[in-house]
Amino acid sequence: MTSGDGRGTLWQRVTIAIPYLWLLVFFLAPFAIILKISFADPIIAQPPFTPLLDESGSPHITADNYTFLLTDKLYIVTYLKSVFMAAVATVLCLMLGFPMAYGIARAESAVRNILLLLIILPFWISFLLRVYAWMGLLNNYGLINNLLLWLGVIQQPVQLIYTDFAVYIGLVYSYLPFMVLPLYATLERMDPDLVDASQDLGASPAQAFRDITWPMARPGVIAGCLLVFIPAMGEYVIPYLLGGPESLMIGRVLFDEFFVNRDWPLASSVAILLLMLLVAPIAFLQRQRREEVEGG
Amino acid sequence: MTATEKTNNEAGGAPIIQVKDVSKHFGDFVAVDSVNLDIHRREIFSILGASGCGKTTLLRMIAGFESPTKGRIFIDGVDLTDVPPYRRPVNMMFQSYAIFPHMTVEQNVAYGLQKERAPRNQIASRVSEMLELVQLQQFRKRKPDQLSGGQRQRVALARALIKRPKVLLLDEPLAALDKKLREHTQFELMGLQDRLGITFVVVTHDQEEAMILSSRIAVMNEGRMDQVGTPKEVYEYPNSRFVADFIGTINMFDGSVESVQDGVMAVRCDAAGATLRAVSSSALAPGSHVCLAIRPEKIFISQEEPQSKWNTSLRGVVADLGYFGNLSLYRIRLENGKIVQVSAQNRRRSAERFLEWDDQVFISWTTQSVVVLPG
Amino acid sequence: MSRRRSGFTFSVLAFGYAFLYIPLVSVIIYSFNDSRLATVWGGFSTRWYGELMRNEQVLTAAFLSLQIAVVTATLSTIFGTMAGMALARFRRFRGRTLFSGMVTAPLVMPEVITGLSLLLLFVSLQQLIGWPAQRGFSTITMAHTTFALAYVTVIVQSRLAAMDESLEEAAMDLGGRPLRVVFDITLPLIAPAMVAGWLLAFTLSLDDLVIASFVSGPGGSTLPMVIFSKVKLGVTPDINALATLFIAIVSLGVVIAWWAALRSRR
Repeated sequence: MTSGDGRGTLWQRVTIAIPYLWLLVFFLAPFAIILKISFADPIIAQPPFTPLLDESGSPHITADNYTFLLTDKLYIVTYLKSVFMAAVATVLCLMLGFPMAYGIARAESAVRNILLLLIILPFWISFLLRVYAWMGLLNNYGLINNLLLWLGVIQQPVQLIYTDFAVYIGLVYSYLPFMVLPLYATLERMDPDLVDASQDLGASPAQAFRDITWPMARPGVIAGCLLVFIPAMGEYVIPYLLGGPESLMIGRVLFDEFFVNRDWPLASSVAILLLMLLVAPIAFLQRQRREEVEGG
Repeated sequence: MTATEKTNNEAGGAPIIQVKDVSKHFGDFVAVDSVNLDIHRREIFSILGASGCGKTTLLRMIAGFESPTKGRIFIDGVDLTDVPPYRRPVNMMFQSYAIFPHMTVEQNVAYGLQKERAPRNQIASRVSEMLELVQLQQFRKRKPDQLSGGQRQRVALARALIKRPKVLLLDEPLAALDKKLREHTQFELMGLQDRLGITFVVVTHDQEEAMILSSRIAVMNEGRMDQVGTPKEVYEYPNSRFVADFIGTINMFDGSVESVQDGVMAVRCDAAGATLRAVSSSALAPGSHVCLAIRPEKIFISQEEPQSKWNTSLRGVVADLGYFGNLSLYRIRLENGKIVQVSAQNRRRSAERFLEWDDQVFISWTTQSVVVLPG
Repeated sequence: MSRRRSGFTFSVLAFGYAFLYIPLVSVIIYSFNDSRLATVWGGFSTRWYGELMRNEQVLTAAFLSLQIAVVTATLSTIFGTMAGMALARFRRFRGRTLFSGMVTAPLVMPEVITGLSLLLLFVSLQQLIGWPAQRGFSTITMAHTTFALAYVTVIVQSRLAAMDESLEEAAMDLGGRPLRVVFDITLPLIAPAMVAGWLLAFTLSLDDLVIASFVSGPGGSTLPMVIFSKVKLGVTPDINALATLFIAIVSLGVVIAWWAALRSRR
């Protein structure tokens, strides 16, 4: 427990070693394997890809998968669309989540606990079942269409499900708690007198928000956005259950290449490219977290 | 070594803690710089300094939570520099008290003895004895969050003292207490120390606290030990500007030496517009820079011309005054603008003020009252 | 001190909570719908609950998922607590940055990538050393533990960082050796965080579809896999009943936890 002395007792070394080894084997090493397989060819065999060294012992490496991905229009569109949809979902989460987090942070302590509870509660309920719930609401004979028909707003059911719109709803619905909680944590630490002080000095509510609240909430905003954007990029279930044929997301494509087409090498290269897109945001998040936990 | 230090040493024998040339570096930052200390048995020794001067780091090295980058630490003659804290015969009272929140008062106090694997009944009786000593018997089954700050401090004390350590280290023991409680606790601590005969090493930034509690004070400045002495020595005979200024208030006059004759140094001070005199046996050459310093309570203030017994007299005007009940503080502006602080006891009981703003006054002092500090 | 309750904030909050809960409420209502057409009301009935209870496939899958979740939660809590302590208490050790990264990344890594990577690992291991011969319970558990332990680590690390370090120092000062101090002081004080971590890992494991799909074998399907195969085709009434049961159990659990926390604070 002495700072920076580097004196490692045996039990300290064991405490570090066990989770370290586990993560090295089960988290890090597999990425090397994905990389290796992404350079292989698919074959009808068990497992369905060419081994690294063939019978003569020379390495069998092909970059076919990558050249395909980088030139195939459909794949490029899918990658871009995934980034786009994840980004839009993140912004929507922020627009809804920020005022919510702000409202919860400002509430009196008794009410605040209940509000926090209610935000966390859906998170503990199966993610799959919650997406399923939206299927019921959005489909042509579902609650929303029935309501609109009954109100006379529309004459015929509107296609809500199996659209990009439904995917956005699903993404925001599932990831909202991931945006609200870090935002709440940051806003709660902010001294409420600061906003009052700025208004006392002549700032309008909008200016007070821009000058005081927003800059101070930035760490929470960044954390929340990363916690939504990164996993949303690779989402599979939501585009599958709620999306239509044009709601192309890379997670779904990867899954289909792997299970439907049995093309493991291609799926691997899809994963590697996706990872490359995500390395920067993940590293950024890691740095943020380190500052938050160890800097403060 | 002054006379007082000599007496302490003889009375106690060998010092119980010896810090030998200890330094602590954190990367490029030097927190503690070649400190040498001898702490004697049964004394209350304070390490005094501003925040960030390294005093807490030094204390933690004695406790064993930091290792010195250089130097050795001896406790009761044994080199314990590389020994971990759980094997040192010293115990610490933390600034935050560090009472274990998930244990009762009893369990907290018993913890140290349990680690010594003392027999059960012995633990029970010693815990009761300790709780009796700090007057917490009726709270023994309570949890820390049910106690006041002062009570929690007593639990921390009892928990540390029950192990009968050779030395008790205290990190800012009075910082978290309000004024009345602080005074009460000061005397309690001194009484406890006297009764138990344990050496106390106290770290504090509050010089009043250090002055009242300690038998000796060490003044620390940016990692270095500036002066070690009794409160009186440090107050009346500071050896540097820093120490003089840090302890209490002091007036400083910079000047150059005119002459040193018959044990009296004459210094030309432009700020005072006069030649000031101080008792000194130093052999400084004329022209050397010195600083003469005098405490506010050593200065006599009057509206009439002062008597001849005061060797030095200056004219000035009352620029500001403050009434504190038992004494009054005056800020006197001399002819060329320098401000001198004077304090005087309010001996006379009267509804009228003795002096008013803008009164013309004389401030006077004797040559013996002046301290010579390096320029 | 009264806060100017902004009308805007209030309405957004109301909208947000409505958005979160209306789907759940609708599922609960429709689980009691007598009609087979899940979206047309045919009268109040509990028949779907009965059908659910008789559905062998669902029950077997649920039992498997629960077993996996318990083992996962326990392993993740143990490893995650170790990792959290290592990061929060040991200042410098070799490979700390890598370790910290490996612990943060699973929090956000898309499940398709984690699932793919672990399946390929198991396949490679099988080729190399012959184990695991069959994919199923053990592979799913190992996969779940890998990503769940990241969450436990975050929770434990935050709790430790917020804890007064002088408590552990005081215990050492009083004669406690470092390992003793961990058991006497550290673990009791982070116990609530460990419990929260266990529950979180349990929930994540119980809920996981994608990773389980990758690393499971012909042996058995987990509950999410069964649910998914049913709902792929559209809304089905017995899933409504299952969802309602889930909501009820979780709500009960959360309320109990909240009440327990309230009582312990008093």
